[in-house]
Amino acid sequence: MVKQQANWSPYDNNGGSCVAIAGADYCVIAADTRMSTGYNILTREYSKICKLADKCVMASSGFQADVKALQKQLAARHLIYQHQHNKQMSCPAMAQLLSNTLYYKRFFPYYSFNVLGGLDNEGKGCVFTYDAVGSYEKVGYSSQGSGSTLITPFLDNQLKSPSPLLLPVQDAVTPLVEAEAIDLVKTVFASASERDIYTGDKIEIVVVNATGIRREYMELRKD
Amino acid sequence: MFRNQYDTDVTTWSPAGRLFQVEYAMEAVKQGSAAIGLRSKTHIVLGCVNKANSELSSHQKKIFKVDDHIGVAIAGLTADGRVLSRYMRNECINYSFTYESPLPVGRLVVQLADKAQVCTQRSWKRPYGVGLLVAGLDESGAHLYYNCPSGNYFEYQAFAIGSRSQAAKTYLERKFENFTDASRDDLVKDALMAIRETLQGETLKSSVCTIAVVGVGEPFHILDQGTVQQMIDAFEIVGEQEGPDAAAGQEASAEPEQGAGAGEGVAPMDI
Repeated sequence: MVKQQANWSPYDNNGGSCVAIAGADYCVIAADTRMSTGYNILTREYSKICKLADKCVMASSGFQADVKALQKQLAARHLIYQHQHNKQMSCPAMAQLLSNTLYYKRFFPYYSFNVLGGLDNEGKGCVFTYDAVGSYEKVGYSSQGSGSTLITPFLDNQLKSPSPLLLPVQDAVTPLVEAEAIDLVKTVFASASERDIYTGDKIEIVVVNATGIRREYMELRKD
Repeated sequence: MFRNQYDTDVTTWSPAGRLFQVEYAMEAVKQGSAAIGLRSKTHIVLGCVNKANSELSSHQKKIFKVDDHIGVAIAGLTADGRVLSRYMRNECINYSFTYESPLPVGRLVVQLADKAQVCTQRSWKRPYGVGLLVAGLDESGAHLYYNCPSGNYFEYQAFAIGSRSQAAKTYLERKFENFTDASRDDLVKDALMAIRETLQGETLKSSVCTIAVVGVGEPFHILDQGTVQQMIDAFEIVGEQEGPDAAAGQEASAEPEQGAGAGEGVAPMDI
């Protein structure tokens, strides 16, 4: 008797790419706005980016239903934190919370590949990158999603951020200025959308700095 | 007369059909420091008197934000109030999570009242010893509710609870007809005036009271001390002229307060 296999999957992949780059006093988080299923496009204008706290933004690619559920969970937990501590969660605190939330569903994971970006308690940019079950690391930059294999090597070449595990401790943040980092992000997405069919339509770029959070968009190839 | 025989358990009725433990819980509310609430068509203001145990300690927190559109002021056992606030916050968060919309205030107070009722019908529990003034804004407008330990709740245009609240109630009874169309700032001033009534001669300073506002386009928040002091200064000058008026009102209202609690009259929770 052959073991019965499921004839449906609870997951789907809606594609898309996400990128985040940490600077000395800013953080850039970007994601494309295309939502797909199989070889079809569901919509060209879907935001994968969610503001979790005052100085903390998350971009997630993967199965958007799980992403939405994850965002709601974190938002509710953040409210509780604010009631108890009378302040917003810091980016490193939110990073740990996200990790715990993901691992909580270790045996039925959120199909969500996340990058968390924002400013830490000292106002320095920070980026955290995750796998689907919560393994995370503080890095200087990161890319997740369908275009990550095309984007990451390019960022490695341009940013060459050292590993946070090295000794002596080196700054992971990029020496680039905010405008240069945004330019790099635009370049990187334009390249990725050339070859990755799931990346395209528009990029949503969110910049977190001392003055607050601002958003901008850029058109990409629609094919 | 019969109180001592029938007041040990909350699950024991008195021959007159009263639950004395519940009434004693409402007595605890009257012992707490004053809290007041008033509302207009678009805003609700909550205020409370800050009582500190000693000069060395800080005062107890009596106003809690429950959600962006709901806040609560408590009087009585503040520990019970804190626990109930946590319950209310959780209910709001869970409702928002499921329905992606804010919990209507009317629903929340019913849940709160049902929770209080449970404690009046279990022999291993005791009633909550705290009265809650719930201020909230929802689709049907601005609301102010009072939840008592008995499990009853009432909607008010304006109300005051806690010690010396009768003085504030008298002031509010005089002024409440103007509240519906009052501006937000006038509402806050009226709240400060009502709090001043409960202070009975003590100077009204921003360190003695806490004020919170919620309204259309204005999420629930507690006003900071600086703002409150400014508003006090703005009308205190006018206040001196109103002095003799207020004093006369207080003397008349002191009497009824003593009469209500003692005898075998109507049970307070039935009013």
